[in-house]
Amino acid sequence: MSDSVDPMNPTEPLGQLQKPATAIPSMAQVSRERKPAASTVLQKIRASHPRASRIPDAVFAVIILLSAISVFAIVVLVAWELIDKSRMSLHQFGISFFYGHDWDPVAGSFGAMPFIYGTLVSSFLALLLAVPASVGVAVYITEMCPQRLRAIISFLVELLAAIPSVIYGLWGIFVLAPLLREYVEPFLARTLGWTGFFSGPMYGLGMLAAGIIMAIMVVPIIASITREVLTAVPQNQREAVLALGATRWEMIRMGVLRNARIGIVGGIILGLGRALGETMAVTMVIGNRPEVAKSLFAPGYTMASVIANEFTEATGDLYLSALVEIGLALFLVTLIVNALARLLVWSITRGSPGRSHA
Amino acid sequence: MPDPVHISGTQEVGWFRRAADYLATGFVALAAVLVIVPLLAIFAYLVLKGVGSINISFLTQTPKPPGEAGGGMANAIVGTGLILAVSSLIGVPLGIGSGIYLAEYGRNRFGDLVRFTADVLNGVPSIVIGIAVYSLVVIPQKHFSAFSGGVALGIMMIPTVARATEEMLLMVPNVVREAAYGLGIPKWRTTLSISLRTASAGVITGCMLAFARVAGETAPLLFTAFGNQFWNLKLNQPTAALSLQVFTYAISPYDDWHKQAWAGALILIVLIVGAVAAVRITTSRGMMKGA
Repeated sequence: MSDSVDPMNPTEPLGQLQKPATAIPSMAQVSRERKPAASTVLQKIRASHPRASRIPDAVFAVIILLSAISVFAIVVLVAWELIDKSRMSLHQFGISFFYGHDWDPVAGSFGAMPFIYGTLVSSFLALLLAVPASVGVAVYITEMCPQRLRAIISFLVELLAAIPSVIYGLWGIFVLAPLLREYVEPFLARTLGWTGFFSGPMYGLGMLAAGIIMAIMVVPIIASITREVLTAVPQNQREAVLALGATRWEMIRMGVLRNARIGIVGGIILGLGRALGETMAVTMVIGNRPEVAKSLFAPGYTMASVIANEFTEATGDLYLSALVEIGLALFLVTLIVNALARLLVWSITRGSPGRSHA
Repeated sequence: MPDPVHISGTQEVGWFRRAADYLATGFVALAAVLVIVPLLAIFAYLVLKGVGSINISFLTQTPKPPGEAGGGMANAIVGTGLILAVSSLIGVPLGIGSGIYLAEYGRNRFGDLVRFTADVLNGVPSIVIGIAVYSLVVIPQKHFSAFSGGVALGIMMIPTVARATEEMLLMVPNVVREAAYGLGIPKWRTTLSISLRTASAGVITGCMLAFARVAGETAPLLFTAFGNQFWNLKLNQPTAALSLQVFTYAISPYDDWHKQAWAGALILIVLIVGAVAAVRITTSRGMMKGA
């Protein structure tokens, strides 16, 4: 830095004029340059070592680089395999694959509309139920809960994420579905039957059961992200609102939730990503019938569960190819959804010191 | 000019605002209860229905043909162990390796790309991983196999392990590395014996969480490990897994199989919650300072 020409922007006379004659670097410059300076010293030290000790370093760097490349390669390979194996179906049906209603393996005609509909409706239903509950529990943990309960409740919510999907499915079949059939669905049909969403025969197994099970499964995802984002809201925001005479709820609403809303939306989208790809629990409770019905009591089918049910039994290349194309669509949708969510969550929690983990 | 007493904070809060506060508090507490209840219900049912069906024959025998009482899931328990061993052998080294890259070498464009792809991989539905592994491993091998199941689960472990390793390594102060370099220790040795060692508690936590996450996975195993009603210890043969067996039994029409499904699920959850709780206990004892 003692050179008379600034290495960063050598052709900027104004900058030159403003600097003192000895060109003492500003504080910002010092902090920016400390790291490279340290590493050049390290490089010199390492360079002064005998050649033999640099070979293992290079080998190690290559091994580490290879394992990093493998992560990238796996994603590319997955995408490539999905595109390659679904090529036949892509050529045969084109875009009509996604709005065709007819899923008839025997006749060789494949339209994914019932599955897309089932995936969207069940995921939407799950979010409708899960969002208030998970934002509520996150607010409870960060803002209201007594210190002693906090660890216990966040552990329990975390545990909810650790339960395998197949166990949710088991519980759904033998506990939730009978409960819905005997009590909840008759009640809904009596009170809200006129809307058309709650009518028809009550099996217990169906879209409603899938939505509820999935809601329980995405709660921990949305709750943990929301909690992380709420923790990232600076304490003085809360204090400022309280100092203006706000009640606790007004403080939470104006001081906390409003600041954290982008991150919460990110968490919700992340939950959506999980819901869209959820397979086993849904396969076990949704009823697996490829039809588009308005009533939530009716059985449905989702993209993930049709793959789970029919992939090993698919006879014929076109059938298999159509199933892989559904997988490809699922891959692309979850990719977009996740990228979007990460972007939103990052924009909130980036640079916050008190990041909490699960 | 208003009376100073009336604009100070001691003024009474209006009934509407107070009601809103109570209402919101009530709603938030209710949400907490609503979230906890299903969890307790699931555990209660698992224990109630599962414990009665766990006995010696369940733990030592293979499944009986449908309709015949008795039999067990011994082969599935061993099969799950086999598949998880393969997946850990794949997921842990690759995950730790790419975590080291991200923390120690990856402060650049390619590092950002790897970080992003790890997040993408984390979000890919497990069934899609299953399809990919089916066409990458099962088709060339011409067999459903324990190995392919392990590959599928191993791939799913990588992002969790990688991100945990990265975060833990970044917490190791740079001074420690500089001290090591100052002593003339080469970078690879510094990374492995000093940085990674310092971060080991956190890295192990990450590995256990990844393990717990894939231990109960079913969807990718449907068309990789496939399941098996008999003993199999070969890596290149179809293999039973607890989660697969629970699924098959749960959707079967036989009462006896339903009971066994609950028992299998109980064993699975004990395995997973055991792993998570072990992590919790070690972290809360301060072994992972600053995490």
